[in-house]
Amino acid sequence: MRAVSVPIVAVFLLAVVGTTSCHTTGAGTGPPIVQPGAPGEPSRMITATKAVDLSRVQHTATDVRFMQRMIGHHAQALDMTALVPTRSSREDMQMFALRIKLSQEDEIKMMEDWLEVRGEEIPGVRDHHESGGTLMPGMLTAKEINRLREATGAVFDRLFLESMIKHHEGALIMVDELLSTAGAGQETIIAAFASDVVADQRAEMDRMSAMLIAMLKEQQP
Amino acid sequence: MRIVRVTVLFLFVAMPLIGAQSDQQRSSAADQADPRVGLAAGFRDAGMAASNMELVINLPKPEGFYDPEAPAGRPRAPQDPPAAPAAGPDAQTQELSAQGQPEEAPAQRPGSGLSFTNSDLAFSGEHLFMGNYHGFNVYNVEDASRAELLSSVVCPGGQGDLSVRGDLLFMSVQDTRARLDCGIQGVEEPVSAERFRGVRIFDIRNLRNPTQVAAVQTCRGSHTHTLVVDPDDNANVYVYASGTGAVRAGEELAGCSDTEGDPDTALFSIDVIQVPLAAPENARIVNRPRIFADSETGTISGLWQGGDHGRGTQSSRETRQCHDITTYPEIGLAAGACSGNGILLDISDPVNPVRLDYVVDQSFAFWHSATFSNDGTKIVFTDEWGGGSRPRCRSIDPPAWGANAIFDIVDGEMEFRGYYKLPAVQSEQENCVAHNGSLIPVPGRDIMVQGWYQGGISVFDFTDSANPVEIAYFDRGPVNAEDLISGGYWSAYWYNGHIYGAEIARGLDVFRLTASEHLSQNEIGAASLVLSEETNVQHQERIVWPPSSTLARAYLDQLNRGSGIEPQRADAVTEILGRVDQLGSGDRGAATVVAELEALATELEGHVEEAVWLNVQRLGSLADTLRGIATTLR
Repeated sequence: MRAVSVPIVAVFLLAVVGTTSCHTTGAGTGPPIVQPGAPGEPSRMITATKAVDLSRVQHTATDVRFMQRMIGHHAQALDMTALVPTRSSREDMQMFALRIKLSQEDEIKMMEDWLEVRGEEIPGVRDHHESGGTLMPGMLTAKEINRLREATGAVFDRLFLESMIKHHEGALIMVDELLSTAGAGQETIIAAFASDVVADQRAEMDRMSAMLIAMLKEQQP
Repeated sequence: MRIVRVTVLFLFVAMPLIGAQSDQQRSSAADQADPRVGLAAGFRDAGMAASNMELVINLPKPEGFYDPEAPAGRPRAPQDPPAAPAAGPDAQTQELSAQGQPEEAPAQRPGSGLSFTNSDLAFSGEHLFMGNYHGFNVYNVEDASRAELLSSVVCPGGQGDLSVRGDLLFMSVQDTRARLDCGIQGVEEPVSAERFRGVRIFDIRNLRNPTQVAAVQTCRGSHTHTLVVDPDDNANVYVYASGTGAVRAGEELAGCSDTEGDPDTALFSIDVIQVPLAAPENARIVNRPRIFADSETGTISGLWQGGDHGRGTQSSRETRQCHDITTYPEIGLAAGACSGNGILLDISDPVNPVRLDYVVDQSFAFWHSATFSNDGTKIVFTDEWGGGSRPRCRSIDPPAWGANAIFDIVDGEMEFRGYYKLPAVQSEQENCVAHNGSLIPVPGRDIMVQGWYQGGISVFDFTDSANPVEIAYFDRGPVNAEDLISGGYWSAYWYNGHIYGAEIARGLDVFRLTASEHLSQNEIGAASLVLSEETNVQHQERIVWPPSSTLARAYLDQLNRGSGIEPQRADAVTEILGRVDQLGSGDRGAATVVAELEALATELEGHVEEAVWLNVQRLGSLADTLRGIATTLR
């Protein structure tokens, strides 16, 4: 395929011309910035400064805590998927575990970046426990993790799926808790992430349930 | 039982895929010759690579839609400089915001760049509407190369998925911060009458002063929505709203329940909104169809139900939502991208969609959007793995994930044919995954332009659905060299002769296609002759090509490319088309040309039987076009 490097200067000249023409339309005042009202109410003109004032939808301490906890929560999912290559002989399990691994590794990085950018403490990925020593929703106990680690074959597959469904369900509970806290979940990245967790982890749970059902059917005589 | 067939299919397909992945990974990682690999980072000065398309104009995001202190987004806020005066997005580059005051209090900083994310596009006449998490912007694109901003509308709530119908503009809203009154201050209380999640409707008769006329609240908000125009119902337009977020409390919106056993649960459905065109303020939800229901048992959560779930799976999860739906009313079908299922719906009664078929993706993708081929025989599903904010086009990411899956529709059922993923590996700093695209109306071929976020734009041909191939692309380097700053193309759509890209961070981009061995000037010309008065990409309308010499030449180019026509016959077509172009109205030579066109059409039709595969249809189309031209000359 013929590849052409775009003449950068020409393109940016065009861009500048385009921008300039924008700002000179409309009797020299530029295109209006309009803020509609509630349905049936009139709209009003606002300034650019007012339009970008997001001071009331900044992240809160609850948001920070959500991210800090979710790092540990995701880390346990990685501990679990790390067991799959040596303990399961099913290709579909391998693929599914890889999907979870790639997703959650990457989301941990995103959460760490989010905390770092905001000057907040980044917890170690091993900080699974609450300050009071209780587990986060859906987290496996050390005993449960050991049971999974010691299982192989069909027993492992089934235990893994059951455990991961429970683990994902815990993440949904954490999102519910976030959204039911006043002021939390308003900042855009948190809102998008919480929404993605709900959509993606539920979809993964659907898939795991279907795999579990298929396995049970295979095992029936 | 369909589930059995599908399960067997995925077991057989899944195994070879593992091998295929590593092969393809190696080849793409090794393809360092692709100019898209290793492009220089930059907000306004990133390296660019293009093939068979060129950037005509870029309009940076307008004032009110970027953080003036960090127009390029905010990679490392604690190191940012003190609040600088607003200087416009192109006056401050990434390099300028590299050092500063770590002690700045977080609560005083403006929100992230993501708050001002550009999203989906809709088109009406000479106007382009670009959605944004923060509202929307209206552009005049009558002359695409001189596109200009008309007005900006601030009304936050994400994602700002837009559709337009006449004087009405529809917008999806899902965030908990969104307010009924378009305020930017958020909604602090978990339960509040001020919160709005659902579909907003704006009156756009005055494009410089749109007003909100209705706001239809839904239980899960609206992640996306799609119009359905019922050919038998001119009084209303319908909206299928898909919500993917958390179900809100019944105390906030009566009737909302996320209890699985509740027959009225907001899960396992979509919202069908009826909008009376004469009184849009009366828009309301008229149905929440159970499109996932088991047709035999009536269980509303049917698609994943398989009988006894066994110990430990009491709360087994089923397909409970669609991410996006594409409607094609002229063929009475809709394709739903619904978590792990792709579903095919009969929408001949728009209020009561009925599921015809569903498929489970073999490679564990979760589908997010769908596009029909113009003849309605193929569907392209996309897997927006990672939600669009994460890098999923790296060499370690399997090529079947975060990709398109292409299906043929055979006897009302979907059959898997192939995957298509952006062929150029992208960096860790570039959010990249398959996202929104549209058909390019090249006659005789299935061609789609698609946004891949910071993976750029890719134009691909899926006429052979098992072997999709890229024919053009555009890409910039990452917004930032060290950090992943969200950017790239949310949507890339064709509209009346140009490709428009909604670039999350860099604004509106306008492109034109350039001729190549993959696509001739006549094919581009024939595509550009298709003029739409209104384009909402997820509401597909059948493309028709009026007969013209350009159309005939496009078919001729395809036949020549595919060795589907004898050279002397091709010369005869070229010769007669040359004479057609020279005819004036009422020309006395017209009668001769008409006779020759019809004779040539008959001759071509006589050779259709010798042709193979795509050439059969193209010969027929060329003959039809010659006859069509003859009719217009008569």
